[in-house]
Amino acid sequence: MNTQTPDSNPTSSEAQLLGELHTRLERSAGERQLIDIAYRVVDSPIGRLLMACTEVGLVRVAFESEGHESILDILSDKVGARILRAPAKLDNAAWQLEEYFAGERQEFEVPLDLRLSTEFRRQVQLELSQIGYGETWSYARMAERLGKPKAVRAVGSACATNPLPIVLPCHRVLRTDGSLGGYLGGLQTKTYLLRMENPDRSEDAPVLF
Amino acid sequence: MKQPFERIVQAHGLSVLRVCRALLDEHRAQDAWSETFLSALKAYPELDEEANVQAWLVRIAHRRAIDELRRHKPELSQAEVEPPKRVSTETSAEDHVANLELWQAVKLLPEKQRLVVAYRYLGGLSYAQIAEILSGSADAARRASADGIKNLRTHLSQDQLPGGDR
Repeated sequence: MNTQTPDSNPTSSEAQLLGELHTRLERSAGERQLIDIAYRVVDSPIGRLLMACTEVGLVRVAFESEGHESILDILSDKVGARILRAPAKLDNAAWQLEEYFAGERQEFEVPLDLRLSTEFRRQVQLELSQIGYGETWSYARMAERLGKPKAVRAVGSACATNPLPIVLPCHRVLRTDGSLGGYLGGLQTKTYLLRMENPDRSEDAPVLF
Repeated sequence: MKQPFERIVQAHGLSVLRVCRALLDEHRAQDAWSETFLSALKAYPELDEEANVQAWLVRIAHRRAIDELRRHKPELSQAEVEPPKRVSTETSAEDHVANLELWQAVKLLPEKQRLVVAYRYLGGLSYAQIAEILSGSADAARRASADGIKNLRTHLSQDQLPGGDR
């Protein structure tokens, strides 16, 4: 044996103990309000989703394709580096997401934290929650609703930078001609969500407004 | 940019646990681990981005362990440091018994040797980093480590000892 440190892999009993100690750390750090961001990763029909929250509320939902580790890097930079995997803090949100994918929930009731968005984008993103389950709006209609009918492009980028996809349903916003527009999680995911919410939806149904 | 704290727990949790276990009994070792990471989390925003994270954590663990050791002088009986019996059926268990025996034996060393051997071989710190934590010289740390290893020979057979720069 000529290593300077012992085996860097934990034995199974060490791994188990580290798991227990981690849970203890989550709890005491939470009680002392030392966590900037708590997160967990959940499985879903559209891949693994990262869910992150602050003391205020849910701050980020990220698709697997975005790279969860790089999203955590961004959160560390923008919100704070005291980031801990603390699943219990997201029990409620994770449960609601599960219900949504099971077709048993049409809207989310969780506190939100939109600190990652600028004022205008925040306004647009909040407005997203007005679009009913299974409905779709056009970017133009969104702009009109917000009293800024000429700001279609800005509305588009606000939707594209929605930090809380699914929970704030930016997938329900389409181009005026009914084509999908973009989606951070990929167009396949957008189609999946729209079909799941409205199985009768045809591929290129025009949007009336 | 500072990495998310969770990555630090993942990367260093194990070696901090091993250090704590080499210095304290099981129950207090677990408390020391918890307190170390809790204090580290609290102080993390102030940590210099260039800092050596492992050395920083061992320094925090050291303070905790010293507090504990001062509070209750360890009265380790031979019974307490009896190596664990090989009852486990896990496939990898045998490979690790040597290590476990080693850590238990480390507890029998005089305090300074115990600290240096733990920080060097379980914490992976350099003698310079250890000297900083113990406010001594790197040479003194190196000597204490050599003495510690020499002492361990009386408890263990040769092949269970760490090699390295004696």
